[in-house]
Amino acid sequence: MSGPSTYKPKPGFETWLDQRLPLIRFANDTMIDFPTPKNLNYWWTFGGILAVCLVLQIITGIVLAMNYVAHTDLAFQSVERIMRDVNFGWLLRYMHSNGASMFFLAVYLHMARGLYYGSYKAPREILWILGVIIFLLMMATAFMGYVLPWGQMSYWGAMVITNLFSSFDQLIPGLGTSITTWLWGGFSVDNPTLNRFFSLHYLLPFVIFAVVALHVWALHVPGNNNPTGIEVKSKSETVPFHPYYTVKDGFAIVIFLMLFAAFVFFNPNALGHADNYIPADPLVTPAHIVPEWYFLPFYAMLRAVPDKLGGVLVMFGSIGLLFILPWLDRAKTKSMRYRPIAKQFWFLFIIAFLVLGYCGSQPADGPIVLVAQIATGYYFAYFLIILPLLAKLETPKGVPTSISAAVLSSDKKGQ
Amino acid sequence: MVWPFVDQMNPSGDTLALASTEVDLSQIPEGAQIKVMWRGRPMFVRHRTKAEIEEAQSVSLSQLKDPQTDEDRATAADGTYRPEWLVMSANCTHLGCVPLGDGAGEYNGWFCPCHGSHYDSSGRIRKGPAPTNLPVPEYVFLSDTKIKIG
Repeated sequence: MSGPSTYKPKPGFETWLDQRLPLIRFANDTMIDFPTPKNLNYWWTFGGILAVCLVLQIITGIVLAMNYVAHTDLAFQSVERIMRDVNFGWLLRYMHSNGASMFFLAVYLHMARGLYYGSYKAPREILWILGVIIFLLMMATAFMGYVLPWGQMSYWGAMVITNLFSSFDQLIPGLGTSITTWLWGGFSVDNPTLNRFFSLHYLLPFVIFAVVALHVWALHVPGNNNPTGIEVKSKSETVPFHPYYTVKDGFAIVIFLMLFAAFVFFNPNALGHADNYIPADPLVTPAHIVPEWYFLPFYAMLRAVPDKLGGVLVMFGSIGLLFILPWLDRAKTKSMRYRPIAKQFWFLFIIAFLVLGYCGSQPADGPIVLVAQIATGYYFAYFLIILPLLAKLETPKGVPTSISAAVLSSDKKGQ
Repeated sequence: MVWPFVDQMNPSGDTLALASTEVDLSQIPEGAQIKVMWRGRPMFVRHRTKAEIEEAQSVSLSQLKDPQTDEDRATAADGTYRPEWLVMSANCTHLGCVPLGDGAGEYNGWFCPCHGSHYDSSGRIRKGPAPTNLPVPEYVFLSDTKIKIG
């Protein structure tokens, strides 16, 4: 798709630069002339939205760090000072905390798009795997960021998540304890823990940035997938990225920022938890610990298994599966548009994921545990049983011969 | 070469050197418990009632997920056995929350609200996801009314 460059430098400076460091050529080939399938729908705009999210998080984060103190005695106070005394501190902090939520909202939609249209299939396996790595890094970053204000949920969230590793004591006695002691830098979550979390929370976004660069690179070799899941056959099936998709992405970004602004300005704490405005207290656990909303489905999987190590393995396994997904689903047809049976299972998968999210938000007793177990079972069955089987059994329906053929036939239907 | 960069995350000298904690038992009436901090983590010190002790001693080991007698758990490191005093970690062995005490849960001991682990009046795990009993730290009796943890 990327093919030979079509950039023609103007005489003078552009030519001089092009022979030394072809920066303008690179920008032209990746963001201006880049041939993009002409039939991308709005589900393809989340890549651009996510780039905006990452940049916003980094910028707001850098300035927040100028006012934050990573010490157990001062962290909570310093965050309150940001909220009350630092000029526009309230705005920057609410942008940063809600920005994390928006980031995850966009990444879930982006991943759901990939699952529906088969964007993880050849020749985009590495593109997909890099995406899963970014998702994992995002989870680590968000988790450590949530610890920094040193409120009750910060402290107990850190306690519960770091204690996940103590489950390895069930494999080799002492192994898990050594890991948690090493993670904490002590015998409990304490000042050394907060300090290192701050250090890593500052580092990881730049690691994400680097992996995003690889992700975009891996995208630009085979080019975009598209709603038909059929590879581009000729240049006539593409349009240049600029102005067609800069405008479309730009419009989607504006709509998305409106939603973001609605949270920041009108309900900035809607997605947070009131208990995190109570300073951390190692002696009292809040009655009902919940992680941030974007971790709830995975939290529900952790709790669905009555065994400690089992729960941890299921939770990490749920993301581990995504790495091998391109080899689990071997169906030739990429897009679920032409897979009538797989499509229904996909919708069920989305429902199961939302149900898990709900279960994770509720106290773990009674029917909630059973529902979470069923939904967890479906989550794994979808990847390990349903997709591999459907690849063999399902007959695709109405697969068009090319992108152009699909576009023309849908035009006819429309008339 | 890599080890210094890994090992710097382990507990530092000053963290390891943290003093032991002394607890005055005379302030804890029968049937009550206090939480004290030792090495940055909370510990339960419970003054058990007769009924609690009897209940804990009457449990047969085959009923336990992590078999341990109540006598083992209520004996100090110096061998002193005073069953009315139970000293143990206050972090649930599942994921570290502090369980609710004073006879909470289905076994009249402790109940962890985070993920629903039930401990009996000896702090032994009876039901729920926690894998082991609440660990008993090393402690010694300094006098009749004073113990030292650590």
